[in-house]
Amino acid sequence: MTPEFSRNHFELLGLPVSFTVDAAALDDAYRELQGRVHPDRFASAGEAERRVAMQWATRANEAYRTLRNPIDRARYLLGLKGYDTGEESNTAMPPDFLMQQMEWRESVEEGRARRDAAALEALRREIEASRAEMHALLARALGGERNYDAGCSLVRKLRFLDKIEAEIDDAVETILEGATTPRPARSAKGSA
Amino acid sequence: MPLLQISEPGESPDPHQRRLAVGIDLGTTHSLVATVRSSTAECLPDAQGRVLLPSIVRYGADGGVEVGYGAQAKAADDPANTIASVKRFMGRGVADVAKYGALPYRFVDAPGMVGIETAAGLRSPVQVSAEILKALRARAEESLGGDLFGAVVTVPAYFDDAQRQATKDAARIAGLNVLRLLNEPTAAAIAYGLDNASEGTFAIFDLGGGTFDLSILKLTRGVFEVLSTSGDSALGGDDFDQAIAMHWRVAHGLVDASGRDTRRLLAAARGVKERLSTEESADALVTLTWGQQLHLKLTRAEFEDITAPLIQKTLGPTRKALRDAGLKVAQIDGVVLVGGATRMPHLQRAVEAFFQREPLRNLDPEQVVALGAAIQANALAGNRAPGDDWLLLDVIPLSLGLETMGGLVEKVIPRNSTIPVARAQEFTTFKDGQTAMAIHVVQGERELVSDCRSLARFELRGIPPMVAGAARIAVTFQVDADGLLSVSAREKTTGIGASVVVKPSYGLTDDEVAAMLRDGFDHAQADRDARALAEQRVEAEGLLAAIRGALAQDGDILSAAEREALDAGLASLEAARQGTDHRALKSAVEALNRASESFAARRMDRSVSRALAGRRVDEVPTK
Repeated sequence: MTPEFSRNHFELLGLPVSFTVDAAALDDAYRELQGRVHPDRFASAGEAERRVAMQWATRANEAYRTLRNPIDRARYLLGLKGYDTGEESNTAMPPDFLMQQMEWRESVEEGRARRDAAALEALRREIEASRAEMHALLARALGGERNYDAGCSLVRKLRFLDKIEAEIDDAVETILEGATTPRPARSAKGSA
Repeated sequence: MPLLQISEPGESPDPHQRRLAVGIDLGTTHSLVATVRSSTAECLPDAQGRVLLPSIVRYGADGGVEVGYGAQAKAADDPANTIASVKRFMGRGVADVAKYGALPYRFVDAPGMVGIETAAGLRSPVQVSAEILKALRARAEESLGGDLFGAVVTVPAYFDDAQRQATKDAARIAGLNVLRLLNEPTAAAIAYGLDNASEGTFAIFDLGGGTFDLSILKLTRGVFEVLSTSGDSALGGDDFDQAIAMHWRVAHGLVDASGRDTRRLLAAARGVKERLSTEESADALVTLTWGQQLHLKLTRAEFEDITAPLIQKTLGPTRKALRDAGLKVAQIDGVVLVGGATRMPHLQRAVEAFFQREPLRNLDPEQVVALGAAIQANALAGNRAPGDDWLLLDVIPLSLGLETMGGLVEKVIPRNSTIPVARAQEFTTFKDGQTAMAIHVVQGERELVSDCRSLARFELRGIPPMVAGAARIAVTFQVDADGLLSVSAREKTTGIGASVVVKPSYGLTDDEVAAMLRDGFDHAQADRDARALAEQRVEAEGLLAAIRGALAQDGDILSAAEREALDAGLASLEAARQGTDHRALKSAVEALNRASESFAARRMDRSVSRALAGRRVDEVPTK
């Protein structure tokens, strides 16, 4: 027996269907919903109620996870409007963004090779700034402008920023691991 | 068995009618059982007043089993039949246990999980663990004066699915109703959080006898939300003993010591390690099997030097947990030390240096996990006091995925997903006319299947022949609130399905558990029937009370015909409850469960709808 899951993620959490989400309201709504449906609330109930609780808590987690992350939220919202972001199929990017991508990739590789954590952190800040800009554009595209094609393209770009940031994380991690176990002797060639 | 009395819905049960529930910390070196009495959690001691039970089981040739201090005392003389640190072998194969170095046991390469040949015959680590749990259950039932309603059993947060399943099986064999498997650091956080009414983001650093966990939790108004967890399920205080023993063996040229000598060296190493927490140097006298006496010494500086790599090994997972939570060290409001191994001063210094703050240790690091588990058990058993409505949201520690072409892993559920969680992924066929698909479920973070742990293999058959790539096979992973996985697969164009609860590769099959359950009770058939009847009656009474309560609250959503069907189910369960046939009772319970499915679903929907409606009304005036 599947419970009635006709509400979308926004409705389930009692939030307006919008890319702009009040993070505190989202957190509160999620916690309140879990407080009602979580299996821990039904641990001594019958099997049917325990199973329903697991399904609802699963659904609440999925809704929260989706709405908390801006890319997932945008993709979901576009899906509700009948748009597919085409992240796997549509890899075409505007040339200026492709250039930017290549530059960032090179900077990550350089930072990794030179073991320069500070440069990598600077690059991360640059990407974060770029991400904030894209979020603002997304809010406009999915809001008043209703430009869903632009929304799809922004989601694809943001996906790329995520990948670059994961590469930065990896590089920084490698540098930190190397610095602590075992402590390497300072190279004579290294400059201060 | 006394009848359980249930209060009116919404009314808290009378203190004299509480259900007996315990929290069990099934540890590598020690285990504990705790309960909540007079709204305080406390560990239950044995007759000698000791709360720790050494996790050591000795099998005698006469079939006798000894657990705890008695077994520990004989460990050095009978190492092959005295199983210590069995937690390290749970859900593990022969290749895994080989990594622990020279152990005095006769391991047998049993399918799935390693077996141990003892004087009493072949034993699975699950059965050995069940002996420890039985001892704790007996202690609790004696101390509380009645049968247990249920138990929360803790597991390392970093335990994979096979290790969790093995733990749950052990509890079942010990005759425990498992209310929940709870992650150890989360249990510690409950004990701390509720004790201090804390708010903020906390790191729980849990180094036990054989496992290391690092969990990051956020505490907000009674919600314990695990943000990330990381660790090493094969790193613990035992490794520090091994390092000392190895140091002595090298120093004294004891390269191939016998099983007994290994045990003696390890026992001496443990004693010296514990004394070095407060003293600058310590020594021990060990008599080897061939009569040679050794005077073994170690200074704290030497100890810290030889175990520095082990301390370092804890920092990698710590960084990973922070990174997964998206936090920096400065954003952590408190660090809690859990586990006996965190008594080591150099470990405390390393944690303090990493987090740049002094860790909290005001609750006993060896008891805190059992105390937290007891608090959770009390709540799950329905003994919550009014207003006591805290909630726990935990995560899975390791990603779950499937093998795809070329031995690569496709992740279906990423690590640190909040449980319960379900995710479906679509796959397709590789060859024209392919009618079956082998589904291989793995757990781990690496990209190659060979680097991850294999959880289960099953086949989806009967796919209609189509060109390669045309079939649409949806594989759904569902992880429940215990962190246990079940997998189902369905070909979408035809609806052909297959489903498994993930167990086979590294766990025990249901038949094996059933056989172990039978072996566990050396009673007559009549005793077993009496026990089964008692268990089914508890189940039936719980269900009757739950459904009657639900009907009183929400009976109005049912049509007259639906109400009639449910009432009939209640009546026939009530009738079966008066009888003595446990099988008939079981089928009446199952029938009522089935009959109440739609009611349960609609009730939940109404509860959510009301909450949503309530919020909208509340929000109107503020806009």
